[in-house]
Amino acid sequence: MSQLLEIKDLVAGVEGKSILKGLSLSVGKGEVHVILGPNGSGKSTLMNVIMGHPKYEVTGGSIAFEGESIEDLKTFERAKKGLFLSFQTPEEIPGITVENMLRTAKQAVTGEKVKVVPFRRELKSLMEELKMKPEYAQRYLNVGFSGGEKKRTEILQLLMLNPKLAMLDETDSGLDVDAVQIVSEGVAKFHNAENSCLIITHNTRILEKLKVDKVHVLMNGKIVEEGGPELIDDINRRGFTHILDGASEGK
Amino acid sequence: MAEEFVPKKKTYVEDIERTLYDIRDEDRSVYKSHSGLTEDIIRDISKRKNDPEWMTEFRLKSLETYNNMPLPTWGPDLSELNMDEIVTYVQPDAKMTGNWQEVPEDIKNTFDRLGIPEAEQKQSLAGVGAQYDSEVVYHSIQEDLVKQGVIYTDMETALWEHGDIVKEYFMTLVPPKDHKFTALHGAVWSGGSFVYVPEGVHVEIPLQSYFRLNAAGAGQFEHTLIIVEKGASLHFIEGCSAPKYNVTNLHAGCVELFVKEGARLRYSTIENWSRNMMNLNTKRAIVEKDGIIEWVSGSFGSHVSCLYPCSILHGENARCEFTGVTFASKGQNLDTGASVIHAAPHTSANINTRTISKAGGAATYRSAVKVTRNAPFAKCSVNCESLMLDSESRSDTLPVMDIEGDEADIGHEAKIGRISDEAIFYLTSRGIDEEEARAMIVRGFVEPIAKELPLEYAVEMNNLVNIELEGTMG
Repeated sequence: MSQLLEIKDLVAGVEGKSILKGLSLSVGKGEVHVILGPNGSGKSTLMNVIMGHPKYEVTGGSIAFEGESIEDLKTFERAKKGLFLSFQTPEEIPGITVENMLRTAKQAVTGEKVKVVPFRRELKSLMEELKMKPEYAQRYLNVGFSGGEKKRTEILQLLMLNPKLAMLDETDSGLDVDAVQIVSEGVAKFHNAENSCLIITHNTRILEKLKVDKVHVLMNGKIVEEGGPELIDDINRRGFTHILDGASEGK
Repeated sequence: MAEEFVPKKKTYVEDIERTLYDIRDEDRSVYKSHSGLTEDIIRDISKRKNDPEWMTEFRLKSLETYNNMPLPTWGPDLSELNMDEIVTYVQPDAKMTGNWQEVPEDIKNTFDRLGIPEAEQKQSLAGVGAQYDSEVVYHSIQEDLVKQGVIYTDMETALWEHGDIVKEYFMTLVPPKDHKFTALHGAVWSGGSFVYVPEGVHVEIPLQSYFRLNAAGAGQFEHTLIIVEKGASLHFIEGCSAPKYNVTNLHAGCVELFVKEGARLRYSTIENWSRNMMNLNTKRAIVEKDGIIEWVSGSFGSHVSCLYPCSILHGENARCEFTGVTFASKGQNLDTGASVIHAAPHTSANINTRTISKAGGAATYRSAVKVTRNAPFAKCSVNCESLMLDSESRSDTLPVMDIEGDEADIGHEAKIGRISDEAIFYLTSRGIDEEEARAMIVRGFVEPIAKELPLEYAVEMNNLVNIELEGTMG
């Protein structure tokens, strides 16, 4: 079966410094993949590069989405194809309300004029599910939001925009138990057989409501180990160094 | 594959659409003073304006002050202004009337294009004043306001019909000796509006005066005097524009606002002069106990502007809210801001401004906050933010604070920046294209100000922030 996302030998970096050093990774339709790795291994860079952040320079390899090369596409074109990135630290944007931004974005990704009444109804009901106060729709995007509120707003955007691939960059970091629960339920609500998730996490709680298909361990810009969900427990118990040792021993 | 790296595109923010303002009428003035400034010219203007004697004397004394004063040594360079070339008085071929049908057709058409009679008809204005060059050609006020004792008329009429009030207040708050251009104003002032709101009267719908300068190489020196008595309230809107010429025009108006005990005055200005205008305007308010002055100030036009509305918080608990936006584009040097003097206990002020500069324009935020020894527990918060849309543009922030008293609560926040790449990435990652993302960010930047503007001006400002991207690969 064709892969939703297929990355081959990706080499990318910033300001001449290479961060991803020949990374390959595939995500099939309907699958949930988890990326684990120590700090600084290139996890966030990978997601930014997939999303097309102009700061990063791709100098080798390929990224295909639904069998089509996307390296030349701009960020907004990638979003329109169905990619979505939930940011580790979402930007605060003064003067633009959550509702205004979502309406503009929804219009952009669907290519259709958004009808106000059903849009508002959907927004209101999703905000209730995410336990967000309704007045947050009229607040400026992320401005003065707590860490938890920012992450819930990311999940709200995920649910409203309904992409084909959701990339979640530590969406659960810095959250209390209840907030992780809400975020995790939100991701579970989003996920179905037609879409896929690629999740960076240090916390397994966010995965509790999801069936993980595959785990990739990213170290020093490369995938060094792949396996099933059991790999998560293994790393939680024994840490990353053991993988590195194992990988070098295997060579 | 390095060539696949897409370079960042240059942002291009549209200039304000000026066509509407740039339609010139044929010069059909009945009288123009000689250019330059002499005692004879001043006497001549005074005679033509049929001034009371005290005013003629006032003008001559102001001229003397003007001649003895140097140009300001700070702020934008004013050396290109040659007063010998400025025509200070241009009398239009129109008598002041309260009926648009009596206004000469080309002048009426100009105000039609600016939407003034329309707003009046829709009852979104309770009174209208329209000045064309040096004289007011139209003035009206709703009947029920007249019955409540509200006076809204041109300054010339006020000089005769309400001479005692005018004499008591005229240029007492902004004296001619304040600086060179207030002295000039005292000598050659003409036109402007006089508003008097009696005790306890609330003027619910705004009054608006519109100032249009049509003559090339001329100056406009309108004087606005507003007195809001105890417990009364008013919203006054001032608009100004001019078509573009290749010679320098000068605007040195003067605004004096008297806000009495418990009164409230909102003074909104949208200034959209053409890019050949030197806009050296002086505005000041004095606020008594429990009174409130609210300034909303939009500066979009002119070649050079110096504009720092001043609020003197004279009575206990007096308050000032200042909200301003300045947009400087190519060939513009806009030096704007505010000044507040806390002169009584528990006075408070809130200054909130946004400035944008693009295409080589220079925008300076300049403010002065003074807390005197007589103002314990004064509270002042200043928030000024600047956004530069490209690397050729300039933005400066010069806040001055002079705190003499103890127990003052002073807050200051200044930000100068560019549109952040991370913010663009965030919005584009949601499917919004780059142009729209930039436009959203710029609109968002001025949003706190836009929402204070009268609706039609808020729409105008949003149009101004329409963004285009010029594809400049490589």
